[in-house]
Amino acid sequence: MRHRIALWLGVLIVGTAAVVAIFAPLLVPHDPFAQNLSQRFIPPAWMKGGSSEHLLGTDQLGRDYFARLILGTRISMMIGTTTIMMAGFIGTTLGVLGGYFGGKLDRVVMFIISCRLAIPLILVALTVVSLIGSSLTVVMLTLGLLLWERFAVVSRAATRQVCGLDYVAAAWAAGCSRLAIILREVLPNIAHHLVVIATIDMAIAILLEAALSFLGLGVPPPLPSWGLMIAEAKDYMFFKPWVIEIPGLALLVLVLGINLLGDGLRDALGAQTER
Amino acid sequence: MTPVLRIEGLRVGFPNVAAVRGISLSVARGETHCLVGESGCGKSVSALALMGLLPRSARRSADCIAFGDLDLAPLSERQMARLRGDRMTMIFQEPMTSLNPAYTVGSQMTEVLRRHRGLGQGDAVARAAAMLDRVGISAPDMRLGQFPHQLSGGLRQRVMIAMALLCEPELLIADEPTTALDVTVQAQILRLLAGLQRELGLAVLLITHDLGIVARTANQVSVMYAGEIVEQAPVNELFAAPTHPYTRGLLASIPVPGKVRRGEKLGSIPGIVPAIGPGFAGCAFRDRCGEAMAACAEPVPERHIGDEHQYRCLLDPAWRAAA
Amino acid sequence: MLRYLLRSLLLAVLVCLTVLVISFALARLGGNLAINLAGPDASPEAIAKIEHQLGLDRPLPIQFLDWANRAAHGDLGDSFLFHEKVSQLIAEHFPVTFILGILAIAIAIAVALPLGILAALHEGTAADMAIGMMALAGQAVPSFWLGLMLIVWFGVTLHWLPISGVETWTGYIMPAFVLAFVAIPAMLRLTRGGMVDAMRADYVRTARAKGLSRASIVLKHAFRNAAMPVVAVSAVQLGFILGGSVVVEVVFNIRGVGYLAWESIQKGDFPVVQAVVLLFAIIFVVLTTLADLLGAALDPRLRAT
Repeated sequence: MRHRIALWLGVLIVGTAAVVAIFAPLLVPHDPFAQNLSQRFIPPAWMKGGSSEHLLGTDQLGRDYFARLILGTRISMMIGTTTIMMAGFIGTTLGVLGGYFGGKLDRVVMFIISCRLAIPLILVALTVVSLIGSSLTVVMLTLGLLLWERFAVVSRAATRQVCGLDYVAAAWAAGCSRLAIILREVLPNIAHHLVVIATIDMAIAILLEAALSFLGLGVPPPLPSWGLMIAEAKDYMFFKPWVIEIPGLALLVLVLGINLLGDGLRDALGAQTER
Repeated sequence: MTPVLRIEGLRVGFPNVAAVRGISLSVARGETHCLVGESGCGKSVSALALMGLLPRSARRSADCIAFGDLDLAPLSERQMARLRGDRMTMIFQEPMTSLNPAYTVGSQMTEVLRRHRGLGQGDAVARAAAMLDRVGISAPDMRLGQFPHQLSGGLRQRVMIAMALLCEPELLIADEPTTALDVTVQAQILRLLAGLQRELGLAVLLITHDLGIVARTANQVSVMYAGEIVEQAPVNELFAAPTHPYTRGLLASIPVPGKVRRGEKLGSIPGIVPAIGPGFAGCAFRDRCGEAMAACAEPVPERHIGDEHQYRCLLDPAWRAAA
Repeated sequence: MLRYLLRSLLLAVLVCLTVLVISFALARLGGNLAINLAGPDASPEAIAKIEHQLGLDRPLPIQFLDWANRAAHGDLGDSFLFHEKVSQLIAEHFPVTFILGILAIAIAIAVALPLGILAALHEGTAADMAIGMMALAGQAVPSFWLGLMLIVWFGVTLHWLPISGVETWTGYIMPAFVLAFVAIPAMLRLTRGGMVDAMRADYVRTARAKGLSRASIVLKHAFRNAAMPVVAVSAVQLGFILGGSVVVEVVFNIRGVGYLAWESIQKGDFPVVQAVVLLFAIIFVVLTTLADLLGAALDPRLRAT
């Protein structure tokens, strides 16, 4: 029962985020980039001094917080989805190849995975961004090219398991080519594991991007990445805590939703995870 | 003399299944009582119920569960734990997994003695070694220092038996102790159990699906089907005069060398054991029984042949002659 | 056993070498270092001079071999910025990060293990679900945000703890807690899962049939078997904690290796960055090898004769 609740709650949160992300330009009450220095630091509507014109108040440059939050949803969702697509492709390819062919190829794959695991992720990501220059594209590419290890490990394990099963041997005996077997027999049967890993990775990617942006080497201003919003507001947090509370809560809720979705899917689909 | 174990009307229910629906039996000192039946008939559950080892979702009730003079039913988990391993012990079917892989044989044996007899390490080790020797394990001191994965299945089961008898219990429950073992090892283990029983005056409740084992070891037999005991008798009586259709079916399906002719089909009972939901009434065997009547859907009374032979069926004993 | 150990070591060395190459290549990624260092208005001669000074005009493989050779002898080069030996810089900054890491993993173990065991023992009840929800929520919290919020609550509002730095030992509490927060959910799940499986195992049924005490059954029999993967994960988590210490050190203004790396990245001081990446990789590899060995030591079945 609780798995059902988790699943539907996760679907609700992630679905809402997706809708907001797609329709962001239509949903913003004000221009997220419009500065108005006479309207700085208006508190959220429910606090003293707030107004319904700026539901979540304004930031240090007078920009509407709610609008920035909405656009920030789009940024986070974009980061999340592109990362899992790229990382998923890289990791699954590696893992399936290693798991299917075994032997020397598998050992090479495992070695590559070990090297990737040994690398301190944040430092490398920071270095790359600082060298190439920070932009949304650079962050997406960097994360996508780095976060594939979970996909690799799980797809390899699942592939090995599946390859031991009879229907793969039957397909081989029936003369199917290796590629056909991989595409038709292996992939559909490891797909449910990968879906769950995708949710885990998506959550990690979003949190990682937030950390990078917070440190100043992620998505550049004036884009309203939630991590960047927290960094920009850091100097004012002692007096106006809502400026960091709100984007932080947004991150928390989105990532929680993704995790709930992942958990719910795992229980519904009976998948294993590599946590 | 008071029997070591006496159960009356034991019932065990799980959320969707009534696993045990009122069984009664007793085991006397020095006696082996075999509980026979197919997989799923509730015999293992009955044993676990006696020991208080049922999972949390199970519901147990009984008119009487008596261990000697002690009523087991109202005892708390703590009180039961004091009895378990000491005065009443149990050995299980899978020796491969019933021992903890992380600890030595010696460690797992001495903890019983430390717990129930308060022995120090030195005394406990000595007793354990002596017991290993008694169950026919050579080089007991070396064995004590070994890990379970270093022993064969037969050896592990001997260790389990030794562990169960360390405190010289009054009752030993053996749940299919030889099913997972090779045939040759089976015979050895059964001989060992019989010998120890004689030495210690043990009461043994032996659970099995193998009628051959029943023939060799039992004094009393209870035949169980779908949560009920359908026939209960001393062993010779049961084999000489099986009365319940299920018992007869079981015996008929044992191929006897010399008596089975070529080309003849082996006897079997068509169908499978039904799962009994709540609210079931009547004889559970009626769908598979060749003699079933309309009245079998009503609760079936217990019938007696002499003092010691009971069965639960509407048919008269005379039907055997006609069959 | 010996063969296994040797093989692990060989793999570990190979991984480190690969990371070495990667981190070296990384630093040379962003175009000409000399130009960055010389500044935007420098003349070509000035740039060439810097290049020559730092040996950047030699072919890349030579640069790498030279660096690797020196690194093997403990000389990790000179920092462009601080005019100190990199190895010395790292040695100065490492202890703080190390203490933070150990403290964090200790907190994580102290919280995750008991909660995991509790959740397993009360499997399916409200307590179990509550603990599960907390773990899930904990995984969703951004660490830098948590750090900031803690600073606001405990540092400013309540004045209990220092808001930055580690002059006093109390300065370690909040950052260690934040780092632990990240590691706890995974360890909790693993403990819970392992305990649930262990409690259902046949050998636990035997232990109950022997009439052992509850504590003995749960801790001695079940947990001992559930603990094996948890130990392995703890070592790996420590590796991740150390590698991800940047964020926490920056938030709390703690001058550890992570902070050093961040400063160096921002200012283009690549010998330092290279060395730090290598350091973390070596630590991670060492920890995972240790975890493997510990796992083998704990499971008698793996100790092949």
